[in-house]
Amino acid sequence: MKRVLEGSQGVSEMVTRCRPQVVSAYPITPQTHIVEFLSQKVANGELQAQFVNVESEFSAASVVLGASATGVRTYTATSSQGLLLMNEVVYNLAGLRLPVVMTVANRAISPPLSIWNDWQDSISVRDAGWLQLYAEDNQEAADMHLQAYRIGEDQRVALPVMVCMDGFILTHAFEPIDIPEQEQADAYLPPYDPLVKLDPAAPLTMGAFMEPDKYLEARYLFHQALAGAAPVVEEAARSFGDMFGRYSGGLLDLYRMDDAEVAMITMGTLSSTVKGVVDELRAQGQRAGAIRIRCYRPFPKSQLASALSRVAKVAVLEKALSVGVGSIVAGEVHSTLYGTPIQVNGYIVGLGGRDIPPATVRTLYEHTAQGRPADGLFVDLKAEHIGDENYQAWRALW
Amino acid sequence: MAKSLLAPGHTACLGCGEALAARLVINAAGPNTIIAEATGCLEIISSRYPESAWEVPWIHSLFDNTAAVAAGIEAALQATGRAGQVNVLSQGGDGATADIGFGPLSGAWERGHDVLHICYDNEAYMNTGVQRSGLTPFHARTSTSPPGKLSLGNPTLKKDMPAIALAHGVPYVATSSAAFPRDIERKVKKALSIRGPKYLQIHVPCPLGWGFDPSQTVEMGKLAVQTGLYPIFEYENGVLTGSMKVKPRPVEDYLKAQVRFRHLFAAKGEALEEQIRAIQQIADANLVRYQMYTPPAEGG
Repeated sequence: MKRVLEGSQGVSEMVTRCRPQVVSAYPITPQTHIVEFLSQKVANGELQAQFVNVESEFSAASVVLGASATGVRTYTATSSQGLLLMNEVVYNLAGLRLPVVMTVANRAISPPLSIWNDWQDSISVRDAGWLQLYAEDNQEAADMHLQAYRIGEDQRVALPVMVCMDGFILTHAFEPIDIPEQEQADAYLPPYDPLVKLDPAAPLTMGAFMEPDKYLEARYLFHQALAGAAPVVEEAARSFGDMFGRYSGGLLDLYRMDDAEVAMITMGTLSSTVKGVVDELRAQGQRAGAIRIRCYRPFPKSQLASALSRVAKVAVLEKALSVGVGSIVAGEVHSTLYGTPIQVNGYIVGLGGRDIPPATVRTLYEHTAQGRPADGLFVDLKAEHIGDENYQAWRALW
Repeated sequence: MAKSLLAPGHTACLGCGEALAARLVINAAGPNTIIAEATGCLEIISSRYPESAWEVPWIHSLFDNTAAVAAGIEAALQATGRAGQVNVLSQGGDGATADIGFGPLSGAWERGHDVLHICYDNEAYMNTGVQRSGLTPFHARTSTSPPGKLSLGNPTLKKDMPAIALAHGVPYVATSSAAFPRDIERKVKKALSIRGPKYLQIHVPCPLGWGFDPSQTVEMGKLAVQTGLYPIFEYENGVLTGSMKVKPRPVEDYLKAQVRFRHLFAAKGEALEEQIRAIQQIADANLVRYQMYTPPAEGG
């Protein structure tokens, strides 16, 4: 049923349909509304789950780890510092192949302290072995949770899934969101059937240590599992489309790419702005196109290479930063296009919730279309905050 | 003889007090048990892939999250209608319990999960080479609290974990020792008959870390108790309901038998007598506090 809901509520409604049996979370802006809605559902008996109010995110992740290892479906959510705090457990969950689902309400990393949106939190754990899905709007954010359980619990995958949604921009925005009836959700998502679990009826040991003669191979198999999960992500999205009549999730969202000469690549809600600018440019005869990466991990290399095969120039707009290096996503796009003559520009935008208006996106398009280089170029720096000398040095890069 | 749920063939040191205690614990708990284990000696000796010494379901996640993992296991049991039907043990050493795992343990206790936490107290980070922990005793030598020109070994007292457990309202709080196997068994069974959080701290002498012959593990454990330095007691619902009665031995008997306290005897002089007196005071205070010894009435 379609209702106007706050994004957070949409997620909590969908998660409820997924029937997790253990939910554990710790409050952090801007995730808080999600778990507040869920705790009300538990309190009313609408969600039959153990709701464990832990004393830190580190424990939230550990509680879902223990519960998932015991064979039940679980859920948690966090942002920013909370994700950093659970870092050790995030790696452990993936390596132990436990298919928990976690919402990351994307928020900047401190210092300086910021509660506003960017992707630095989820991007910082891109190497941990989780699947990472990024939503463009609140419908997709909700839909991705239902798909996430199906993908993660698929025995060909058996990995945890992070559903990333821009903090405040999605979590606190009201949109019409269609939440399926419980029977429909059940038809799409069967009960969790774990490969292995802690059970006195069949004792086993989880979390052994491995010596150098085997560790490499263990990590290879783990790497192959995530790298090989892309088809399952696509299948889950196709089945979802068949059942619910809308395409959500999957690997990439291609917008007017068929004959594009200059492509802009981004993730999440920024894509809506980018698509609007593409429409303006197209109306002016520019062969502009946009690609939104929906599934960031596993990184859809071959699909991206294929979508960009006839493009001349690419502008990657990312709300992320590798301090001292620059771009992260642009680097991955660059490596995907290694050996081709396609020019890849990387722009760092929107950190700490800095607004990215269409005019800015337009400027970046033109900068790239004109063949000017951009290697992790910060966008929209203000002279009054960085001083004249820094400002002039930065302007010179444009 | 019934199969031991901690199988032989693990790689513990000769005379390891922790392996002895762990075997007693899991055999007393029985096969209907799930264990969440911290990184440490017990985990390393028992889980070298592709072998395992555990005949019960067992998970090692990290060093610091055992209590939270156990809470998750317990929550899953509750969610699937098996509350109270399967024992959940959270196990770790003194470091995992009192230091790095302290926060999650406190949270688990505050929430009242039905889990028995066992602390195997060998009084230092033994697995990584005998570094000092929050449960290292006063003046003990460890590799990060070595005696030297400016130091007499560990300068702090043991963190009082039983008192901290009691402050959380943990309904069953007890200590025991690898030197007293029947005591361990009785306390594990008693703890598992109680719903809610339980804490059992077991003194496990470490021949390698403390510096004594591996044949003396039980003797060393007995001395620790008899001096009062490691009191053995039981609290139920906040009330002291039992303690091991002893005929006290002077702390020197215990201290001089281990390399980790040898520096207190290096030269007989006032300074070191003062340190030994200070340790004696700790022991005497324990004997009184836990009612382990009542001195005869004066002038009798």
